Amino acid sequence: MEAALKDKAATLLSVNNIEVVYDHVILVLKGVSLEVPEKGIVALLGANGAGKTTTLKSISNLLMAERGNITKGTIEYQGEPIQGLSANQLVKRGVIQVMEGRRCFEHLTVEENLLTGAFTRSDGASLIRQDLDLVYSYFPRLKDRRNSTSGYTSGGEQQMTAVGRALMARPKMILLDEPSMGLAPTLVEEIFEIMQQLNEKEQVTFLLAEQNTNIALRYSHYGYILENGRVVMDGEASALLDNQDVKEFYLGVSGGQKKSFRKVKHYRRRKRWLS
Amino acid sequence: MLMELAFAIEVLIAGLLSGVMYSLVALGFVLIFKASGVFNFAQGAMVLFAALTFVRILEMGVNFWLAVAIALAVMILLAIIIERVMLRPLVAQPVIILFMATIGLNYFLEGLAQGIWDSQVHGLDIGIPDVPWMSVLESTNILISLFDVWSAVICGILVLLLAFFFQKGRIGRALRAVADDNQAAMSVGIPLQLIWAIVWAAAGLVALVAGTLWGQRLGVQFSISLVALKALPVLILGGFNSIAGAIIGGLIIGATEKLAEVYLGPIIGGGIESWSAYFIAMLFLIFRPQGLFGEEIIERV
Repeated sequence: MEAALKDKAATLLSVNNIEVVYDHVILVLKGVSLEVPEKGIVALLGANGAGKTTTLKSISNLLMAERGNITKGTIEYQGEPIQGLSANQLVKRGVIQVMEGRRCFEHLTVEENLLTGAFTRSDGASLIRQDLDLVYSYFPRLKDRRNSTSGYTSGGEQQMTAVGRALMARPKMILLDEPSMGLAPTLVEEIFEIMQQLNEKEQVTFLLAEQNTNIALRYSHYGYILENGRVVMDGEASALLDNQDVKEFYLGVSGGQKKSFRKVKHYRRRKRWLS
Repeated sequence: MLMELAFAIEVLIAGLLSGVMYSLVALGFVLIFKASGVFNFAQGAMVLFAALTFVRILEMGVNFWLAVAIALAVMILLAIIIERVMLRPLVAQPVIILFMATIGLNYFLEGLAQGIWDSQVHGLDIGIPDVPWMSVLESTNILISLFDVWSAVICGILVLLLAFFFQKGRIGRALRAVADDNQAAMSVGIPLQLIWAIVWAAAGLVALVAGTLWGQRLGVQFSISLVALKALPVLILGGFNSIAGAIIGGLIIGATEKLAEVYLGPIIGGGIESWSAYFIAMLFLIFRPQGLFGEEIIERV
């Protein structure tokens, strides 16, 4: 079914061979390409420093603020190039990023946080009100805490606030960066569950950057694995979950029977995708 | 005894009223500091620039309110230019670099103001007489300058308007969001450039009002850019990122200055007014560096 979905759906976002340089010297992405189909959930996997966040930020154009630059390649959204559009323009077109580490506005209340997400909208207060209720229906816990200063809410609540805030912009596509960071496993499961619901019921497309390979692949349709600023592998999520190398490198299981650790290491080291 | 009490009250009120003016100057700093984390060294030069522009336009024989409008437009334009030319290229640079840039801006604006207009002392009369408030003087024997009262009222209204503007509504919320985390604000589509332009324009408005009121008192000249120095102890006392702190800090500094001059001055030997504020600021730096109302730093464990 997932495969069928991918074949039929139109491509919403395509990233073509982009290179990103920070500070004019540090080459972080060395030609990353990926495609996100409409209404899909695509996972971007990899270790620390692989370039997941940078990929998301080059799509949402938050790179500027970190002195990063796309030096090569193109990014197309709905068939149009979107490089050079400011984050503000992108949000208006329906692409919004939920940054790593939640990044709530600490001194604002939970509800004020959510309302900042509606900054770019000009369709009237009553519709925004409606969407606020919608967010509360997905995150009932936020409703209870709507008047609390968000800096004092728990990590899970902050992550929910961050996702809810993005929802308030009525996005077509959410770039979700590391939603599991620093959260208890049950909460992580809850957040992913809600992501799936949003995908199904609200038709939101997700591009998800995650280190937690296992859970990310369980909830997504397609996955890309980044290493050192390059895509080294991609495929249907279910296929990746079954892949021997993915299992060993990212899921921490080695195919069934026990092997000598030294042997495994040696064999794998020669088989690494990149030196 | 009664006379003494009346005199003390008189000193206190005079202090509080002049304190409101300090608050106003301090508020200009707070607005910019909150939105961008930058201490705007050029605030004093902006006061000078605004007042000089205003007084020179007035001297051309332009109607008072039209002159206000033109001066305000100039300050807004200045804010937009500063955002374009100075802030935008320096985005994502360390705060200290922006601070250095405002030092440059300070000298540039001082020169520009006196270059375009001139460096003479210009008298400014905005029609508020500097006379005692007669009815109060007669009934309670306390001397209060009507000018002080009026300027306090004007500052008070402006402070309330700004505080309200920054607390409520879509723009106010966006401003506070930017103050908290400007990258996250950017990620939800709040355009930082717009917010910075708004904040600098607001600081320009504050500078215009402060410059006009101080200008009437001292004459519009180079030295009114030094009122910014008076705002420093206010900021240290009240906290760099608190609007309420700027207001209350101003009142406290104004009142202690005058009271110290009158009651401690004779003991120590006078001249206390000019340094007591800095002395208080120093004590605060030692014992409570975030100021009275400085934003609490939220730390979750």
